Amino acid sequence: MLEIKNLSVSLEGKNGTVEILRNINLKLEDHKLYVFTGPNGGGKSTLAKAIMGIYETTAGEILLNGQNITSLSITERALAGIGYAFQQPPRFKGLTVGKMLEIAAGKNRTCEDCNFLYKVGLCPQDYIGREIDSSLSGGEVKRIEIATLLTRDLKVAIYDEPEAGIDLWSFSRLIETFNNLHEQYDTTIILISHQERIINLADEIILVADGSIKQMGIKDEVWPLIMQDATCTCRNNCDERVG
Amino acid sequence: MLNDIDKHILEMVADMHGTPKGAYNIRKNGVGVDRNVSPNIEIRTKIDKPGIDIFVKPGTKGESVHIPVILTTDGLHDLVYNTFDIGAGADVTIIAGCGIHNPGDKNSQHDGVHNFIIRKGARMRYVEKHYGEGKGSGKKILNPRTIVEVEEDGYAEMELVQISGVDNTLRETEARVHDNAHLYVTERMLTDGDQFAESRITVELAGLDASTQIISRSVARDNSQQIFYPRVIGLNRCRGYVQCDAIIMQEAKIRSIPEISAQHADSQLVHEAAIGKIAGEQLIKLMTLGLSEKEAEDTILEGFLK
Repeated sequence: MLEIKNLSVSLEGKNGTVEILRNINLKLEDHKLYVFTGPNGGGKSTLAKAIMGIYETTAGEILLNGQNITSLSITERALAGIGYAFQQPPRFKGLTVGKMLEIAAGKNRTCEDCNFLYKVGLCPQDYIGREIDSSLSGGEVKRIEIATLLTRDLKVAIYDEPEAGIDLWSFSRLIETFNNLHEQYDTTIILISHQERIINLADEIILVADGSIKQMGIKDEVWPLIMQDATCTCRNNCDERVG
Repeated sequence: MLNDIDKHILEMVADMHGTPKGAYNIRKNGVGVDRNVSPNIEIRTKIDKPGIDIFVKPGTKGESVHIPVILTTDGLHDLVYNTFDIGAGADVTIIAGCGIHNPGDKNSQHDGVHNFIIRKGARMRYVEKHYGEGKGSGKKILNPRTIVEVEEDGYAEMELVQISGVDNTLRETEARVHDNAHLYVTERMLTDGDQFAESRITVELAGLDASTQIISRSVARDNSQQIFYPRVIGLNRCRGYVQCDAIIMQEAKIRSIPEISAQHADSQLVHEAAIGKIAGEQLIKLMTLGLSEKEAEDTILEGFLK
């Protein structure tokens, strides 16, 4: 179980320190799939990166199976079983897909690891020796990024907008992969997404907006509120602009 | 007779684990110490100056030649002239490389002048690794000069690598590529401490549909300095591509001055150059997979220079 208590995160911006997350409280159980959704800039990715240790917290605690991991480094959290697939993964000149999978799996590559490429719609034969550089499209890099998480034995797996840049055919396979992961493993899965097909996978939806948790629950409960909230936010913004 | 240091250096610069198959010539401290020829590959000692002539018979396929040079003493300035004549239609691999183990306080230097003639329709892969080691304060200096002629329909692939430990180097490569011939040069270099490296590569695309690709990847650490002058001159309908990528760390300095010069309206020449630090998101990505920051940095550099 991943537990977040009174978490706040502030980041340095052009105009000084900005509080991005305020007083977040969450309990995320094993073997459950959660979708973080909400408007752009609401704090979803910041929350994910705070869980991974990429952003430091300014207040609060993060507990993994009861152990306080708030002061652990990114590496230590990774070794403790937290994984994060970037929304915009970096490219690496000279580093091959195969090598990246080996690093992710923490061992020499196996056939099973190659199969993870199939699961994201990539043919291992075509990709295993390719460098993760600018010769690959954004969608290909994204799928490789997702595959690196699939190779790992994780307690918490976070996928930041996994659908971004991915074609329709691969997207269907991805949905199937997330479904299988959810059924077969005890991993707590967090998907950050705006896509209804991904939202449909969720045991629970968590609406993150304005740096806090606005709603949390099953789709039937939360979806109408999400839509209403989005409409209200839009209308309020327009009203303000028009004066 | 080769000792453990010699064997270690041969392993580093020529991937030699024992006696290589096929033709070879091992030069140690200025003299040839071991040689083997094959029915298709002849190695002759030059008469007028130090060095060897290597003749690969036309049509020779799948053979290799190892010609490593090792220096294991200080105060030595070795100069060698090697000529490679790759016969028409041949397809061979040449593994060169020079390693210096300098145990003393005087400089050790190797200057090698290599002349290649890749005859009509021949293919050659050339790998040259440079490496230095030794606890003495004497510098390890390597200055290779490489002159290449790729004749019609010929193909040459050259991998020029400076692994580590070379204090000072001036690498000069000049090539002329003829009709429908192709030259691919990959240069990889690592400098650290107070090392200095300068590389000058000039390729003339003289023939119709000649092409070249020069890829340079380098890492400069500590207070080291690197300068690159890759230059492609299009004299005919041809294609040329130059890419220089460098990672700069600590107090190092890198200059990259690529030049493309079109002397013909149908020359298609492109160059790209980039110098930068290791991107923070690259380090973070690898750390999210369980690597420490140091392991992540080493992984990125190893991949970049591979």
